[in-house]
Amino acid sequence: MAATTFSATLAVTRRSPARTIALFYKEAKYELLKNVRIPVYAISTVAFPLMFYVLFGIVLGSGNPANRNEGAVYMLATMGCFGVMAVSLFGFGVSLAIERGQGWLQVKRASPMPITAYFFAKLFSAVVFSTVIMLLLLAVGTTFGGVRLPLTTAARLVGILVAGSIPFSSMGLAIGYFAKPNSAPAVVNLIYLPMAFCSGLWIPLFMLPHGLRVFANVLPPYHMSQLALNVVGMGIAPASTWQHVEGLLSFTLVCLGLAAWGYWRDEGKMYG
Amino acid sequence: MSTALAEMPHRNSAFRPVSVARSRNLKKSYGEVVALRDLNLEIYAGELLALLGPNGAGKTTLVRMLLGLARPDSGSVSVLGSDPHLGHVQARVGAMLQVGRVPETLKVREHIDLFSSYYPAPLPIAETLKIAGIEDIQERPYGELSGGQKQRVLFGIALCGNPDLLFLDEPTVGLDVEARRLMWAQIRTLIGRGKTVLLTTHYLNEADALADRILVLDKGAIVAEGTPAEIKARAMGKQIRCTSRLALEEVRQIPGVLSVKADRNAFELQVNAAEPVVRELLQRDSWLGDLEVTNAGLEEAFLALTQNHNADASKEMN
Repeated sequence: MAATTFSATLAVTRRSPARTIALFYKEAKYELLKNVRIPVYAISTVAFPLMFYVLFGIVLGSGNPANRNEGAVYMLATMGCFGVMAVSLFGFGVSLAIERGQGWLQVKRASPMPITAYFFAKLFSAVVFSTVIMLLLLAVGTTFGGVRLPLTTAARLVGILVAGSIPFSSMGLAIGYFAKPNSAPAVVNLIYLPMAFCSGLWIPLFMLPHGLRVFANVLPPYHMSQLALNVVGMGIAPASTWQHVEGLLSFTLVCLGLAAWGYWRDEGKMYG
Repeated sequence: MSTALAEMPHRNSAFRPVSVARSRNLKKSYGEVVALRDLNLEIYAGELLALLGPNGAGKTTLVRMLLGLARPDSGSVSVLGSDPHLGHVQARVGAMLQVGRVPETLKVREHIDLFSSYYPAPLPIAETLKIAGIEDIQERPYGELSGGQKQRVLFGIALCGNPDLLFLDEPTVGLDVEARRLMWAQIRTLIGRGKTVLLTTHYLNEADALADRILVLDKGAIVAEGTPAEIKARAMGKQIRCTSRLALEEVRQIPGVLSVKADRNAFELQVNAAEPVVRELLQRDSWLGDLEVTNAGLEEAFLALTQNHNADASKEMN
């Protein structure tokens, strides 16, 4: 009896393409659902950039009636960048560190789940959250901050910042493979808050000391926010778009390299 | 190992036992700690094999290797004729692992739905929920479940892919008696469906209740193998409790005493056979009182098993 069971199941050990698509879809759907239902994650990643935007972009700017919406437009780009960054670093980095450190990833690795589905799902969740944040910022800015952007400009702004999920998710991936589950949130906060500040996300770079302005060149949020600011004509040097893309690209590659190292270090203890 | 193999009570005894997984001379150390030393193991189609051993015996390490989650320092592992980390092997294997934290905001049904999608030919979700006994909690988030319910969800995750071979790593750890019985009934259901199961446990009565064959693992090596009846007979030590004027050290020296400890004003002795030791005690101490002889608890049974095997080490350990 046992022998027949074993030979009979041999035929169906390959997943059909339709099942593979269903697998990726479900992994992504449940990753998103999981995050939406974690209040700390869902509320803090969405509420913080919104709150900062209202305080720094709208309330602070309203005292200057001459160009009242300048700050609101500037901060729309930079707080968008800040939001995308947080979503990716927490949704990818912290959650990977936790699932990896507390055994859940092992349960998944013992199943035939392709690891690509797992990563895809986390990126998908970051993209959805990033889009929601951008749309909310736009709505608030338009309603209360006097922001008037042509539809195409707004779409380009949202598109560029949402694409920022890719470099920041790569960074999250690297952090997730090296941070311990308990310290991961602290590590992320320690890295991204100073990084955001030094990149000019709250205070425009020209108001920061010279040393910091030079330092900003190695910070990914600087390049990301400059790309976004270029869209609304507020970048420091609008001509250097490719420089920013290059900066982000090399940063992404470095992070992916680190992540690959972490991955193989893990798999060295395990099999593939 | 070969003698036990010949006498193995096999459910499909009309068939020649088919090996579905094996390890050869498996060695694994974590730094200074030796997890497995030269371990040979064979799992046969249709059997429930229990790996019985105290914490730190190497059970989980062995399961992780059989799942392709850990690499041996030396030796080899083969599952369903291949390397265990290959996709087509994983598609036919289910695993219930000890896990620190499971995503708490997903509902029971969602967890099962997701894991079912990983396998080429899973069970219908309703059937998985039913076998695992989680139908009535399927809409509840994992984080709100009791310990027993959580274990049943992990059990459901292990079986949802309709695997031929299941690894259950301490499926009843931390469960109360009722939840444990329920889990046993569910594991028997699997066996009834012709699955092959490797179960690890540190409860002798669990291995006894479920297994066709038991391997006793201690400090990374197999120290005993046999049917539940055989293992029980070897493990059934006695516990003697008494008050006495003798010195602890003197009691320890009495032949047949495996270990002794002072418990409040009384001594507690672990022995293989009670009578000769009691006789000796009474002879040496006419004040001996409050004498009680009981069957050893399971922990003590382990002590008996592992110390019978390695009598020299036991003297130093206790």
